Amino acid sequence: MAETKSLIGTQNKKGQTYTDTWKMMNEAPRTPSFFTGSEVIKEALRRASCDVMIAYPITPQSEAAALIGELFAEGYIGDYFRGESEFAVMSQCAGSAFGGARVFTTTAGPGTMRAMENFPMWAGARLPIQMIVTCRGINSPLSIQPDTLEIAYLLNTGMLVWHAETAQDFFDWILKGYMVSEEPEVHLPLALCCDGFFVTHTKDVVNLTPADMCLPPYDPYRSPVPCMDMECPPVRMMRDPFVMKSNYISYATHASWQQEIWAAVERSRKHSIHWLNGLIDTENTDADIVIVASGTAVSQGREAIRLLEDEGVRCGLVKVKTLRPWPEEEIREATKNAKHIFVPEFNVTGWLAKEIRATVPNPHRVHAGPHVCGGMTMPPEIIVSEIKTALGMKTFSLAGRGS
Amino acid sequence: MSKERIQISEALYDIMPSDYQDLVKSATYGKDDRGWKDIGTSKELIEQHSLCAGCPESMAFRYILASLPNPEDTVMVGSTGCTSLVFPMVAVHNIHSLFGNQNAIASGLKRALSVRFPGRVKDVVVLAGDGATVDIGLDMTLQAWFRQEKFTTICFDNELYANTGGQESGLMQKGFVAKMAPVGKLFDKVRLPEIARESGCHYVVNCTVSKPSLVEKVIRNAVHIAREIGPTYLQLYTPCILEIGKNSMEGLQEMRDSEKPTERFAYKEYISDPAKQLLAELAAKDKERKAAAKQLAAQAQAN
Ligand SMILES: Cc1ncc(C[n+]2csc(CCOP(=O)(O)OP(=O)(O)O)c2C)c(N)n1
Ligand code: SF4
Repeated sequence: MAETKSLIGTQNKKGQTYTDTWKMMNEAPRTPSFFTGSEVIKEALRRASCDVMIAYPITPQSEAAALIGELFAEGYIGDYFRGESEFAVMSQCAGSAFGGARVFTTTAGPGTMRAMENFPMWAGARLPIQMIVTCRGINSPLSIQPDTLEIAYLLNTGMLVWHAETAQDFFDWILKGYMVSEEPEVHLPLALCCDGFFVTHTKDVVNLTPADMCLPPYDPYRSPVPCMDMECPPVRMMRDPFVMKSNYISYATHASWQQEIWAAVERSRKHSIHWLNGLIDTENTDADIVIVASGTAVSQGREAIRLLEDEGVRCGLVKVKTLRPWPEEEIREATKNAKHIFVPEFNVTGWLAKEIRATVPNPHRVHAGPHVCGGMTMPPEIIVSEIKTALGMKTFSLAGRGS
Repeated sequence: MSKERIQISEALYDIMPSDYQDLVKSATYGKDDRGWKDIGTSKELIEQHSLCAGCPESMAFRYILASLPNPEDTVMVGSTGCTSLVFPMVAVHNIHSLFGNQNAIASGLKRALSVRFPGRVKDVVVLAGDGATVDIGLDMTLQAWFRQEKFTTICFDNELYANTGGQESGLMQKGFVAKMAPVGKLFDKVRLPEIARESGCHYVVNCTVSKPSLVEKVIRNAVHIAREIGPTYLQLYTPCILEIGKNSMEGLQEMRDSEKPTERFAYKEYISDPAKQLLAELAAKDKERKAAAKQLAAQAQAN
C-alpha cells in the first residue's frame, strides 16, 4: 500500500490526479450530467485507473464496451482489445489479473453463461476483476430483452455480486467496487449487475466526480496470493499436485481453500458497508407490508408504494444492494415487523424471493412476486395488484387480463 | 527478478526447505549461456514429479526449463492434463487456470506485464497438451496467433488425451484405435504446424524431444523471436508410453523411430523473414560475447 498511497496527489500521464478514493467519492464536487447508463460506465472507467479492459459485443453491453475503447484511444486505459468469445475474454481478464493488472470487462446474458467456468476460477485464484453484467434473457427462444435470471447463476461462484438500481449507483459502485474487491482480506472478483436497457439505454441525471481525479492505481503486491510476474521468488508450490486423486491432503487443501473463498466474501461485508453506506437501504419498514427488491424492481416498488398510499395502504421498502455478501441480518431486522413481504422480480424463477424465504423467520410471509420475465417491463400497477390480491382487497382488472 | 531477490537470511537458512536452498545456491537465473548441460548442477524441476516413470514429458520439461533464456523473468502458462501434474513443482511462476484457455490467459498476462513493466523483458511461455491446444482450446490458440500476441506456445503432442485415459485427440493418427475412437480415428492428424505458419507464427518447429541440444536450440529461438517479433509455436512429440503400451525405457526409442525422414515427426522448421534476421543478429552477438569472454579468460590466465 505504501507504494500506492505515496502516489496520491501526483498526476498520471493524462494529467489526472491520483486522489484518495474516500475524498473523491464523498467530498469532491459533483457535476450533474445527463447520460445513458452505458455512457456512465465509460465515465466511471475514465476515473478508475484501469490497466486492461477486454471487450466482446453482446447487447445490451456492446455500447459500453465500445465506449471504453474510445477511452483507450484517448489514453486513459493501459490496454484494450476484443477477445474471440466470452470464455476467452474472461480467461484473458484472468491472465491480466494474474499479471498484476487492474482489470475491467462487461458482458450480458448468454455471454455470462458461456463464460461461466471462469468465474469460480477467478474467485479461487483471488483475482479482483470487475465485471459489469447488464442482464438480459438467457433461455431459448433467443431474447435480447432484460431479464435477471443470469444473476441466479452468479450467486454461488464465490464472486461478490452487487445489483445496481440506477446509473448513479453504477457510477459510484464501479469505483467503490475496486476498493472493496482489492482489499487484501477480500481480493475477490466483483460482478456488478444491472438490468439491461432499463439502466444501460435510458438517460438519467448522474452526478459525476471531477474528470481530472482518478483512483489510486492497483497495487498487486497487496494480494494474498503471489502475483505472477516473477518479481517475488517462485516456489515449487506443492510436492503433491493438487489434482492427485485419492489423496487426503489434496482433498483437505481444496476443501479449506473453498471455505477461505467464502470467508473472504464474508470479510467483504464490513468494507461494503463502509463504502456503500450499508448493504441495504430502507424506507418505512415499520409498515405491515414491505417490498424487498434489488435492481430496477426497487424503482418499480417505490412507484407502487406511492400508488398504494393514494389508496390508504402503507408500505415499506427494502433495497438490497449486495447479493454477495448477502445482507442476512439487515433483511431480518428490516422485515421483523412485516406481516407481508413482497418480492417483485424481473425473472421467472424468483431467486431473490428464495433467498429471502431462506433468511427470514416465518417465511410464509414472503410472497414471491410479481414476476415479469422475457424482457417485459413491470408496471407498478402489477405490484399494486399483487399486494391488494394477497390482502383480499378488490383490484381493478389490468387491460387484457380479464381477471 | 534478479538472483539477488532469492537470497535467504542467514538466520533462517537451515529451516528453509532444501528445494529452496537449492534454488538459491544453484539456480541459473541471470546466466547468459544456461542450457541443458546445467541439468545435474541445478534443479529446475524437482525429482518427485508424478508423471509415469519414463514419461518423455518429464525429459522435455527438464530440457525446456534448462533452456529458457530468461527464467528469472519468465512466466509459464499451463493447462489441465498430464503437464498440470508437473507445474506445481516448477521454479518459475506458472498459471494453471482451466482446460484449453491457456493462450487466452497468456494473451492477458503478456499484455498486463507489458503495461506494468514497459521497457523490461518479461517472457511468457505456454505449455499444454494436444487436447488443450488443438481441440478444446483451438480457437484461443489460433486467435492469439492472429492477434500476433508475443509469446511462445508449446504443445506436448502425445497424440491423445493422456490424463483422462487415452481418448481420441485431433493430433492422433488416422486409424488409431482409442477410447472414444472405437473403430479407429476417422480423420487425419490435424496439421497444426502448417496452420500455425498460415496463422501468423514467425517460428514453427515440429520435432521430438530425443535430443536435448535440439530442444535447447528451438526453445531459445522460439522465446527470442516471440519476445521481439510475434507468436511462435513448437510441437514436440512426447509419446504417452502408458497409452501406446510401451515400457518405461522405450520412450526414447519411440521418439527416434518417429523422427525418421519419412515419419510424422521428421524435423520440420519454418522461420519468417524478420525472424531469420533476428536470429542472425543474435548469433552475431553471441559470437562476439563468446569471443570477448575467451579473450578475458586468456588475459586472466596471462596475468
Ligand atoms: C472443460 C473440461 N473438460 C474436460 C476436462 C477433463 N480433462 C482433463 S485433462 C483432459 C485431457 C488432456 O489432454 P491433453 O491436453 O492432450 O493433455 P495430456 O494429458 O495428454 O498431456 C481432459 C479432457 C476438463 N478438465 N475440463
Ligand atoms: S499418462 Fe502418458 S503422458 Fe501422462 S504421464 Fe503417463 S506416460 Fe506421460
